[in-house]
Amino acid sequence: MSFVKMTASALTIAAVSATTAAARDQVQVAGSSTVLPYASIVAEAFGENFDFPTPVVESGGSSAGLKRFCEGVGENTIDVANASRAIKEKEVKKCAENGVTDIIEVRIGYDGIVFASDINANSFEYTPTDWFLALSDKVMVDGKLVDNPNQTWADVNANFPAVDIQAFVPGTKHGTREVFEDKVILAGCETTGAFEHLLANASGDTDKAKKKAAEKACIALRTDGKSVDIDGDYTETLARIESNKDGVGVFGLAFYENNTDKLQVATMSGIVPSTESIATGEYPVSRPLFFYVKKAHIGVIPGLKEFAEFFVADEIAGPDGPLAEYGLVADPELEDTQNAVADEATLGGNS
Amino acid sequence: MTDHSQSPDTQPSKHAGSLLSPSPGTIKRNRAEARFKGYGIAAIAVGLLMLLVLVFTIVSKGVGAYTQTFITLDVELLESKLDKKGNRNLDDIKKVTTFGYAPLIKNAFATKLEELGLETDLKAKDQAKIVSKSAAAQLREYVIANPDMIGKTVTFKFLTNSRVDGYMKGRVSRESIAKDKSISVAQLDFVDQLVAAGVIKKTFNLDFILGADASDQRPEAAGMGVSMVGSLFMMLVVLALALPIGVAASIYLEEFAPQNWLTDIIEVNISNLAAVPSIVFGILGLAVFINYMHLPTSAPLVGGLVLTLMTLPTIIISTRASLKSVPPSIRDAALGVGASKMQSVFHHVLPLAAPGILTGTIIGLAQALGETAPLLLIGMVGFIASNAPDSLSSGLLSPNSAMPAQIYEWAKRADPAFYERAWGGIIILLVFLVTMNTVAVILRRRFERRW
Repeated sequence: MSFVKMTASALTIAAVSATTAAARDQVQVAGSSTVLPYASIVAEAFGENFDFPTPVVESGGSSAGLKRFCEGVGENTIDVANASRAIKEKEVKKCAENGVTDIIEVRIGYDGIVFASDINANSFEYTPTDWFLALSDKVMVDGKLVDNPNQTWADVNANFPAVDIQAFVPGTKHGTREVFEDKVILAGCETTGAFEHLLANASGDTDKAKKKAAEKACIALRTDGKSVDIDGDYTETLARIESNKDGVGVFGLAFYENNTDKLQVATMSGIVPSTESIATGEYPVSRPLFFYVKKAHIGVIPGLKEFAEFFVADEIAGPDGPLAEYGLVADPELEDTQNAVADEATLGGNS
Repeated sequence: MTDHSQSPDTQPSKHAGSLLSPSPGTIKRNRAEARFKGYGIAAIAVGLLMLLVLVFTIVSKGVGAYTQTFITLDVELLESKLDKKGNRNLDDIKKVTTFGYAPLIKNAFATKLEELGLETDLKAKDQAKIVSKSAAAQLREYVIANPDMIGKTVTFKFLTNSRVDGYMKGRVSRESIAKDKSISVAQLDFVDQLVAAGVIKKTFNLDFILGADASDQRPEAAGMGVSMVGSLFMMLVVLALALPIGVAASIYLEEFAPQNWLTDIIEVNISNLAAVPSIVFGILGLAVFINYMHLPTSAPLVGGLVLTLMTLPTIIISTRASLKSVPPSIRDAALGVGASKMQSVFHHVLPLAAPGILTGTIIGLAQALGETAPLLLIGMVGFIASNAPDSLSSGLLSPNSAMPAQIYEWAKRADPAFYERAWGGIIILLVFLVTMNTVAVILRRRFERRW
């Protein structure tokens, strides 16, 4: 029968092509979904301007990307990991165990995190304290730590309208969540005095352990449905706000700027978030974005170093480049980063 | 006797009734039947209504992706910008990046305005912003392909930026862009001027069907084409592997295998396999094909292998069913005239079962075509479908996406223009699925024999 021949030939083709698959000729990138749009803009421009094929950019989250990055050295592992937070010591150790020792850290710029509600709903002027009082699991009432009693925004701050608290915050697998906890909830925890109270009652052998325990207790969010974790992307948060007009969501600045017809942004401590106010450091909730390059792959994967250099070049990541236009806050110390990439300076290395 | 015949006549008259007036029992049964018919019709009506709503939503949201706003400009390919040395050396020309082409587009606006006698307060930089970011790349590609055109003026049809396109399609209005940084009201006024002059036009956009994916900054340039090729290669792998393996397995199980506990276990497990969620096959593919066999990630070959595993049970079950439906008399007759077991299967049973097998295969393929979950794990979702493959081996091995994965990717992106393209992509995917299912139905209708 002819299909026997067909199978045989198909199998041979598959086998032959699998063996010729050895040489990979395009850069592979994975990681943070916040960095994904920037990385894909750079990848596209890179493919247009160089003779190398367009790099492949996958998302999946900072932690997932770094995990794949640390799986080992070789063509079946990724070359670049995008992250919306710095690599952790634990991850560097894990990398080293698998033979990934020389890692080049590249900071591409800063990203703002904004709080936005539906365009036709109430507008807010927040401070970190408001968010702590609205979302924390336990708050201080008359010198005592009690379960959060606040039901409406008016309970939190008398200037706010009396609408039910409904917040959509990024899930724990997102790098954005960590920044939200550190810069907003923890800050509010400290100003309300809850932190001191927790620290005094914290258990631990050392001061450091006590502080860590208090911080952990601070950032615990209430679980009665007022705060909803969103594990998907910002599009999901937007959909939730569109169906629940009283909801407030946490977004990346770039996402908000692409959806100004549907969302209104809230100020934080009186500052309107924008690339300018983040660059000057006035707007408090921002974080650096990174990508990590496997040095062992430079020279093996064609175009890897060129891609890394192109990513931080002035015409791409500079204040007038396409990344800034999309919403990235350009790094004032971009030149140092460019030099570090050119010298292939590794994490913890001497250079 | 008459007494006897009378008593049943008077006694059960409550129940029996005459032919003209139905008894209460009959009335009740008839009513129940009418009600049941009503429920059935209502169920169909609800189903149809759902379908109508679905089709209407998809078409109304997606049809916009098939037209796109273009602007026609005459661009002077300045030698001083593109080839400073003037020797038409391709390597020197390639050194000019797309950023070097931006001034040419600005100049083109100035000449166009002069030619049309239009006036605007907009700065040259802001004028050029209504053109897509892909325009510079389009220019550079043209110049590298035709270096001898440097120094001449060439007419180009550029895409406009997604906000301008949204304005032309009614998605963007002067009110909605109040806080938008990427476009201003003055720019929209400028667009209106150019529309009146016939420079900006909305036309059918073939590139949406044939083009490659584009980055977040230029949704107007994104297309389904390359991911469609990715899906095609995956389906080739599935067809080449699942059909022969599936058919061989079912012929053996149905015609040759002895009935014992071993074949029973195999049979039960094939049915179990058909019920396994597709994401499980994705994890399996990642562990076996990529981490153990070191096949390349994001490759349609791996995607095809994973989908083969998923499609096999569907094909085996439908093949066995159609083999079973061939009456034993055919086999007996073939054996009776001296054919061997294999001859009876291949000359008589298999040809008669072929329409059923093909139908099952096509439905299995259609299922595989719409599958996204396993592709997530083998790296086929992301910004991938940007290089069109140039040969069979690169089609199978170089990174690519697939149609449903591309749609998922677009639906996640920030710019609302991508959302429209996701719906547009769904239309293409649905056209494929409906075509495949129709072919399956036609095959069954025309060739299937019933005994």
